Amino acid sequence: MAETELGKVDPETGLKPMVINLGPQHPSTHGVLRVRLALDGEQIRGCEPVIGYLHTGIEKNCEDLTFNQAITLTDRMDYLSPITNNFGYVLAVENLLGVEVPKRCQYIRVLFAELSRIASHLVWLGTSAMDMGAMSPFFYCLQQRELILDLIESAAGTRMNPSYFRVGGLLNDLPPNFVERLKKFLDGFPAWIKEYDRLLAQNPIWLERLKGTGVITLEQALDYGWTGPALRASGIDRDLRKWNPYSSYEEFEFDVPTAKEGDVYARYTMRMREMEESLKIIRQAMDNLPEGNWHVDNWKIYPPNKADIGRNMEALIYHFKLFTEGIRVPAGETYAAVEGPKGEIGFYIVSDGSGKPYRVRVRGPSFYNLQALPVLVQDRMLADVVAAIGSIDIVLGEVDR
Amino acid sequence: MAGVEGRPILFASMDKLANWARANSLWPAQFGLACCAIEMMATAGSRFDLSRFGAEVMRASPRQADVMIVAGRVSQKMAPVVRQLYDQMPEPKWVISMGACASVGGVFNNYAIVQGVDRVVPVDIYVPGCPPTPEGLIEGVMKLQQKIMQGGRPVAPAMQAAQGEAQA
Repeated sequence: MAETELGKVDPETGLKPMVINLGPQHPSTHGVLRVRLALDGEQIRGCEPVIGYLHTGIEKNCEDLTFNQAITLTDRMDYLSPITNNFGYVLAVENLLGVEVPKRCQYIRVLFAELSRIASHLVWLGTSAMDMGAMSPFFYCLQQRELILDLIESAAGTRMNPSYFRVGGLLNDLPPNFVERLKKFLDGFPAWIKEYDRLLAQNPIWLERLKGTGVITLEQALDYGWTGPALRASGIDRDLRKWNPYSSYEEFEFDVPTAKEGDVYARYTMRMREMEESLKIIRQAMDNLPEGNWHVDNWKIYPPNKADIGRNMEALIYHFKLFTEGIRVPAGETYAAVEGPKGEIGFYIVSDGSGKPYRVRVRGPSFYNLQALPVLVQDRMLADVVAAIGSIDIVLGEVDR
Repeated sequence: MAGVEGRPILFASMDKLANWARANSLWPAQFGLACCAIEMMATAGSRFDLSRFGAEVMRASPRQADVMIVAGRVSQKMAPVVRQLYDQMPEPKWVISMGACASVGGVFNNYAIVQGVDRVVPVDIYVPGCPPTPEGLIEGVMKLQQKIMQGGRPVAPAMQAAQGEAQA
């Protein structure tokens, strides 16, 4: 490790701060983050996140896979809400292709994106409460998350990493009984949000540790490229679902909660209220779910169905071409972003006209949110680092990619 | 093991007793790498409840743990750290390689990912899946318990039957 500014002698006092490592194996760094901290007693004089312990080469690997195959890799970036990654990626590819998916597909996508937003926030709530020493919320949160994963499993076949969204459509239509089971979840869940809030928001230790900790001003947050609930906790209602609607989000009614304080507690309330807003969206998507096709009717983009392949020579050929060569995406470049649970997750894709992307660059919100960590913890106590890391809700799979 | 009638005394060979205790109180190191770690958390969570198998005491320090669940892809940068964590664990210790990435590199056959954590630490149990379901991980833990009880590699049921006959 190269010697950096961290361990330098303070010219005023003539003292050398103690440099310690937090991570990469640390129960509260939410993955394999390593933070170097310069300490003066228990106060933090310098902080330096060291990333790359989960560098997976996903962007590079995407170049070796066809456009549809690469979806499976996007799942494995922000693994708390894989569907959001699928979402951004397929939107970008559809941009390049110049197609718009049918309304039913758009609504189903919204529905699943919001479900996985709730699932992601639940994991965040459980783990960051555990960081603060509260064990029970973890079990309460995971219990409800399992119900969401069941819904996802019924539609996509796997609990996590479902790759449910495909270029030009979905893997499947909604399974039978899905709406009834979703309704059951929606009826039960609001009471649980109240229960979580009751467990935590009235707990003096929780309040003491969160309020006034890890403050970031709006200006700083914007400078660091913050997005998502973490940014909204600092006082701006930047939400791509409102500011730059995609996939029919303009047809849904929901609020974007904001707060002014910009501390850890404000970020906690943001996510709690976002879950309620997500519920509203899911309800609307469920009630107004349009009938009709759930994928584009173009065999050059979406494979013909299995029954056709047996009967129709042309369908067989298209099917074969699609799965051997991939979708022919016209040459060009595009950027598409969606509002993920952690912020703006964007995909910049360059195509050279072949069946494989020439370049896939990911704008992961966790990466940008994480780099402001030194601002959050400067001159605070060591224990506050844990609260700050928890509050920005990072996923290292997305930071390192 | 054999008991003496009416008395709270058990006779067993020391090895068997120790293995029995070890198998039923595994303490995993609380340490996740990627997606699989989330499923590992779910395994410890409310629905799947790993504590039914005596393996829920996740320890934040490897010095207090005896089983390491490598949950997720191991990058080139992380590999030395994994080895160091393994070395810090006290004997006897076991390793479960959870998921395709930890076992063989998974979908990431590239410059960044170690193609199987068994290149870094000895692995006792491989759990397939991407990520494995919590049921899968529980199966892995149970297989590890079997292995510990036998004091070696678990043998296939057919082999076990054959051995039983040979002994009889």
